[in-house]
Amino acid sequence: MRVYALHAGLIVLLFALHFLLPAYHHGNLARVMVLASYAIGYNILFGYTGLLSLGHALFFAAGLYGMGLGIQHLGLAPAPAFLLGLVAGAVVSGGLALLALRTSGVAFMIVTLMFAQAGYLTLLYFGTYTRGDEGFVIAQASRALWGIDLSDPGNRYLAALILFGTCLLLSLWLVRTPFGRVLVAIRENEERVRMLGYDTFAHKLAAMVISGTIAAAAGAGYGLLFGYAGATFASVQYSIFPLLWVLLGGAGTVLGPFVGTLFMFYLIDLSSGITTAYMLIAGVVLVALTLFAPQGLMGEVRRRLWKGLP
Amino acid sequence: MDLGPYLVLATLEGAVTAAVLALTAVGLSLVFGVMRVVNIAHGEFFMLGAVIAWALAHGLSGHPAVGFGVALVVAPLVVGALAVAADMTILKRLDYDPERTIVATIGLLYIIQQLTLMGYGPDARPVAAPFNTRLAIPWFEKGAEGWQMIWPWGLGTTSYKLAVIAAAVAVLCAVWALMARSRIGLVMRATQSDREMALAFGIPVERVYALVFGLGAGLAALAAVLIVPIQQAHYLMGADPLLLSFVVVIIGGLGSLPGTVVAAVLIGLSDGIISVFFSPTLAKILATLLVGLVLVFRPQGLFGKRGG
Repeated sequence: MRVYALHAGLIVLLFALHFLLPAYHHGNLARVMVLASYAIGYNILFGYTGLLSLGHALFFAAGLYGMGLGIQHLGLAPAPAFLLGLVAGAVVSGGLALLALRTSGVAFMIVTLMFAQAGYLTLLYFGTYTRGDEGFVIAQASRALWGIDLSDPGNRYLAALILFGTCLLLSLWLVRTPFGRVLVAIRENEERVRMLGYDTFAHKLAAMVISGTIAAAAGAGYGLLFGYAGATFASVQYSIFPLLWVLLGGAGTVLGPFVGTLFMFYLIDLSSGITTAYMLIAGVVLVALTLFAPQGLMGEVRRRLWKGLP
Repeated sequence: MDLGPYLVLATLEGAVTAAVLALTAVGLSLVFGVMRVVNIAHGEFFMLGAVIAWALAHGLSGHPAVGFGVALVVAPLVVGALAVAADMTILKRLDYDPERTIVATIGLLYIIQQLTLMGYGPDARPVAAPFNTRLAIPWFEKGAEGWQMIWPWGLGTTSYKLAVIAAAVAVLCAVWALMARSRIGLVMRATQSDREMALAFGIPVERVYALVFGLGAGLAALAAVLIVPIQQAHYLMGADPLLLSFVVVIIGGLGSLPGTVVAAVLIGLSDGIISVFFSPTLAKILATLLVGLVLVFRPQGLFGKRGG
């Protein structure tokens, strides 16, 4: 009960902030919520199933480009385009899972990294359609969902909140089902789970597809809300960001991805006022985290304050 | 020109790529083989080598060969020392856990890259080669009076490029001698095959690890000093060598030095030849897909013998 109150409380708080925040932070928070949805997707695979992927940008970009190219070249309305993005994410993550899950450990990381890199280069190669690094702007006229203009800051915030809330509650529900428990068990000891008679491959496959589809939903949402799609979103950097956010917030906690994204976003926001080399701070934070707090922020909360935090 | 001269030119360019790639990849392979650490920051050690070479060539007046010669010795030593420091302060404290070291070396990558951006700036800067004589290559063509020797325009190489290939071969032989014939090489191979047993026999495993990490980074820096008169020094130049080294190390079999060298020659030559005839982006797509698929279906690499 306390668990549901905590997570519903966060969503209510974010809704209340819609009316309270000044314009600048209001816009930032909308972006953080979409990116946190991406991190939630990543967390299901990394935090709960224990599979470290370095290729999630591929799924984010599948959603972004599935949606964006659908609008740009097929003339779809936003809702079907969003769905197309989700389907693209599910297909790409399913395909990669079938290949990558034959490996484990370091090989899994490198395989996902390589396929994501191939996907990024493919986006550059077909520059006539995707406009490569430069990217393309999704026209304001085609971003109206059922007559609601998503480029308006107010609507954008609420749409981001709906996306984030859905992903948050979905992940909370998922990790408390028997299926989610098996994922955690696979993370802890895969051999033992297999001995108990579970099909670990099928569970890992499902986890990767769910994780990839949520990442794709975040990608498609990002494109719809902020009206831009570019190949940068498919680069290695965007595979490393969710890892960073999840590690910072606490891998294997439901709230961790949001906390980590928020913290990192404002860390970079504040530091880019001081120096242009803001990625330096990301690097220092990564090294410091692996050294001093491998559990992340919410992980420390779970360890010290509340053992039952999901 | 006909196809033939093009092919010769592509092979020569490919051989230079292969020589530099072999040095970089052997460094990566050494670190992975002995320490079981995947060093994502390897490309940044390469970049640091190039930047230090520029700084020395720029700072020392006189003939370009002076600055270059100093860089050839100093850059690998400085980069190696930095790597040893990184190993002792970060990697050692993570107990060389494979997943956590990957995250830490990603962090290291950003730190090195951005510090270079702050100190050196975003420009690509050239370094003068110590010697650079143009050598034209003759070609035989069947003309009206039978076979005759011609000198096609554009077909040629420079003495420096040939020197790079020779230097790389010499360094690779030295590395082989170090690993196979010296006492320290014996200790490294012992640590590689069984860490616990090496520790039990009184081998200072942590010092061996620090040395190997420094040696790997030093090899990358040396490769960069060699290539910097041909390319230019830039703070983002580490990405391509990193990716290609991964390709080479995986295709050659993780941790196998001879496999790594064979794969470097193969990849370097084919990269040169493919890039002449097709788009470089397409060449990279094929290379990355190849690595992914090799890892999935033949995890021991194309030349590896044991399961990885």
